[in-house]
Amino acid sequence: MIELDARRLMCPMPVIKAQNAIKTMTSGDKLRVTCSDPGVMQDIPAWSRINGHTILKAEEIDHEYIITIEVGDD
Amino acid sequence: MTTQRKAVALISGGLDSLLAAKVMLEQGIHVEGINFYTGFCVEGHTHAIRKKDKAKPKRNNALWSAETLGIKLHIIDVIDEYKDVLINPKHGYGQNMNPCLDCKVFMVGKAKEWADENGFDFIITGEVIGQRPMSQRRETMPIISAESGADDRLLRPLCAQNLPETLPEREGWVNRDELHDFSGRTRKPQMALAEKFGLDDYAQPAGGCCFLTDKAYSVKLADLWASRGKKEYEIDDIMLLKVGRHFRPKPNFKLIVAREEGENNFLQGYRKQFITLRTMSHKGPLTLLDGTVEDGDLELAAKIVARFSQGRDAESVDVEVAELGEVIKSISIKPFSNEEIQEAWRV
Ligand code: SF4
Repeated sequence: MIELDARRLMCPMPVIKAQNAIKTMTSGDKLRVTCSDPGVMQDIPAWSRINGHTILKAEEIDHEYIITIEVGDD
Repeated sequence: MTTQRKAVALISGGLDSLLAAKVMLEQGIHVEGINFYTGFCVEGHTHAIRKKDKAKPKRNNALWSAETLGIKLHIIDVIDEYKDVLINPKHGYGQNMNPCLDCKVFMVGKAKEWADENGFDFIITGEVIGQRPMSQRRETMPIISAESGADDRLLRPLCAQNLPETLPEREGWVNRDELHDFSGRTRKPQMALAEKFGLDDYAQPAGGCCFLTDKAYSVKLADLWASRGKKEYEIDDIMLLKVGRHFRPKPNFKLIVAREEGENNFLQGYRKQFITLRTMSHKGPLTLLDGTVEDGDLELAAKIVARFSQGRDAESVDVEVAELGEVIKSISIKPFSNEEIQEAWRV
């Protein structure tokens, strides 16, 4: 599991950070992104759907939004 | 078997770029989208700041367009590179601080670089001749093609029939007869095409794709540059221009007063970078002070801040001043009346 801290970044920066991290990963790898902008709860799943990755979990804990993505094929 | 040709489409989130990409998909072209984040884009962030907007989460229209089209979208951070475009636009600004023509040249140029690196054959945009007074005119189309370096690998599917043939048309990768001849400010042909494709619920941005077309925002940016004596900015500066009421009571400092709880929370994140003021005896907004202070400035600032607290009519309001998160002073002060807040201070 790779961890990515995207706190204090506003959308679409967390999406860009996740995208750039995933570029260096391979299919089946997992990325957990921690964010403070609630917009990620829409934008990261939308970006993942478009690009063929799977959201394993998206949760809000203490005003933080934690999303786990499994990298898809490609 | 013929090779499937690949196009990279500039996707802004608006209808035109969505349609342009769709026209290419209909012709069997492999299309992927690219979207550039300059820091000024309307898509994203501001919806996260104001609490009243939170109840209705705003979608990112560039992502929505890509999903509707069933194509990939690559979002590229160009915040740093964009500074030169905005600070030194060769072709100047539009009605506000929008350097649209230079911006288009820059974005098409970046898309061309991306296409070369990723083995894509050509670039498409949703531009329409005459649609926008500054960047989308008959004379600007060849400027964008030439200065971006894309040349005849840049195709505008919505108005291609009004322009000279491009490489994808000449080579027969796309059929020119099935491209369009839209022109002028009317939106009717776009709406009809959207209907033909069964597209609805698309975004209808009013001014343009970014905050630089917004008058109030541009005034704040000009004030920022004037106060610093030079044109420069960091991402935090441009984010803060979107938040709160801005007052410049003296040339050496500006106050950013939160308007509601969402903005209060947002400004909290900057407490360790700025001088902050908050009212203690009464409920009130968090305020950032950007600049330097001289004798009497904190009292002047406190009077303004107190005016926006629930103690606005009180004889005295307690204001706490902190610097980089540490309390440095407590001030008890009579708030300014509405009339005492000078109109010229408002940025
Ligand atoms: S509106 Fe903004 S993003 Fe769009 S072309 Fe003009 S400067 Fe660029």
